[in-house]
This record gives sequence, C-alpha cells and structure tokens, in this order.
Amino acid sequence: MPHIALPEGQFGIRGALAFRPETARPLNELADFLLHAPNSLSAGDRELIATYVSYLNDCHFCQSIHGAIAAAHLDGDEELVRRVKADFQYAAISEKLKALLVIASKVQRGGKNVTVEDVAHARELGATDVEIHDTVLIAAAFCMYNRYVDGLATVQPHDQAMYRERGKMVARDGYVSVSKTYLPAEPVRG
Amino acid sequence: MAHIAIPEGLPGISGGFAFRPETAKPMRELANILLHESNSLTMGERELIATYVSSRNDCYFCQTSHGAAAAAHLGGDDVVQRVRTDFESAPVTAKLKALLAIAGKVQQDGKLVTAEDVERARREGASDIEIHDTVLIAAAFCMYNRYVDGLGTWQPRDPSMYAQMGQHLAEHGYLKSSR
Repeated sequence: MPHIALPEGQFGIRGALAFRPETARPLNELADFLLHAPNSLSAGDRELIATYVSYLNDCHFCQSIHGAIAAAHLDGDEELVRRVKADFQYAAISEKLKALLVIASKVQRGGKNVTVEDVAHARELGATDVEIHDTVLIAAAFCMYNRYVDGLATVQPHDQAMYRERGKMVARDGYVSVSKTYLPAEPVRG
Repeated sequence: MAHIAIPEGLPGISGGFAFRPETAKPMRELANILLHESNSLTMGERELIATYVSSRNDCYFCQTSHGAAAAAHLGGDDVVQRVRTDFESAPVTAKLKALLAIAGKVQQDGKLVTAEDVERARREGASDIEIHDTVLIAAAFCMYNRYVDGLGTWQPRDPSMYAQMGQHLAEHGYLKSSR
C-alpha cells in the first residue's frame, strides 16, 4: 500500500504524478525532452540508458515500463533489453552506446565516479558533448524518478502485458501527451 | 575542467543549465515549485532538506549554495550546520526531524522508507503533501547532485559567492539565473 493517499487505480509514477499535478508537469517535460524529443541518440538508445539505470536502482516499475518503451522503439526486441540489463558489454548495441552506458552506471553510483578517461573513450567512439551531457542527465534523472516511485511505495504490478501495451503507447505519443490520460485536466486560461 | 565544453565562468549547475537550456527549463521549474512556491513547509525547512540530501551525496556546490539559501531564510548558518552534522539534536521541529529521516532514507534508496517512518512524520503533524514533497525533494537532489558532479562542473571554494547566491535564491527563487 502506498505511504500516502495516492489516487487509486494509477500504477507506479502515475499515482504520484496525479497526486501532485504541479510537479508532474516539469517531471513529464524533462522525461519527454530527454527520451522522446528528436536527438542524435535514438529514442531506443536513450530508453536503454533509462532502463539500465532503473535496473541498477532496482526499481521494478521503472525498469519494466522503460524496458517496454525501449523494446517498442527497437521493433519489439525484448531480448536485447534483457541482454543490456544482464551484461551490456556483450549485447548487440553500438560501441558508442556501451561507452555511454559505462558513464551512466558511474553516475548512478555518484557523479564524481565519472573519469576523464570514461569521457575520452565515449568521444573516441563518436559521442558528442550533447550526447555525453544527455547521458549524464538521463542517468541522474532516473536516480530521481526511481527514488520517487519507490519512496512513496507506489503500486507496481507484475504484469508484462500491461507494460508492453503502455510501452507502445508512450513510444508512439511521448510522455507529455500520454500524461493527459491520467492527470486532471488543466484549467482553461484566458 | 568540466567533462564537456560548458560555457566558462559559470559555477556548478548554472554551467549545465547554460549548455542545455531545453532541460534547464523543467529542472528550474521543478526546483522552484519544490523549494520556493508557497507551501505549508517553510522555504527554510525545504532548503534544509535539500542541503541535508546534498551533503549526504557529498556535492560541494549544491550543499553550499542550498545551505546558504537556508541560512538566508533562517537568518543564520548555525541551524544549517547542525542539521548537516546531526539533525536529531538540531534546534528544528520534531516534524522536520521526522521528514529529514525520510529524506535520508530516500537518498540511499526509496525502498528503505518504512511505514513506521511515515507514521512518525504523521504523528508529528506532517500532511500527505508534506511527505510527498519531502520524498520528491530528496529524490530530485539525487538528480541535481549527480548532474553537477557527473559533468565535472566548476565548483569554486568562495564563501562570499555562495552567500550572495543563497541570498538571491532565497529572494527570487529558481526560475532565472542569478548571474
């Protein structure tokens, strides 16, 4: 049971977001920009970073939903998502993404763990400064989202079909657009 | 030197914000709602939670700038130092102590927050919104701290700069750059 009176029937972060729509707005805008907006890193690559950090933080809801969104971007390849979580160095992903996942995993433990060598390695494999920035911020942001979801003891179902369905919807429409289905309607202005 | 080419002369998070204005916007708005907009928790109390979490994450820039903002709200640095070293014996309310205990758990891992921790906060008068905001402030600073340290931002050791920044944040909030 959640620690506070979250709206019933909303799972994971959606319960917390619907409880406090004021903070929901910037939280969804940040996720939308980092994971869904156009970027030189594909949406699939960015969702894999989010999934991997959520897995390291042991957040069931976040790793399940972002794993499902990643798979939706990757032609339904759930096996690739599993391999990235199990040992990304042996997964069928680019060397650049591997170098970015190393940086993300350092940020998950603490930002000061990222070394000049980690960054130089990512750059040698073609990562740009914006891509390195966004990797650091995706990893940092999921250290927030994961703690938010777990710290309120939100309801986190074990239902692969539900995550798969929602994953497809978020991959297609993005975070801000989907949030309109579970947030209270914004007051009409003007 | 920072890990990426962020504009020079901007300390801590302002370097990351200047490099990527698109992500700066929601990050500033989130900080402003959590720490500066009206709330049943005072701005001083909320800045103390932010400072305490940043101190546990060992982020020099964040704990110093938010410590200075807390000191500006509270009229002095003494309570800030005592909250950082041992909040249970600091001169703050029993409610804030219970919320700081929750924030300390969230800083390690959200799953460590127990029903007893929440019950204690409620017994001391905390509302559901105050518990929610405490959890989200603690979680958000696990992001801000990692962002500031993970980019290798410039974090000067200049007490007067932080005092000025704290004063500015306390008065004007987080939506616009202080520099």
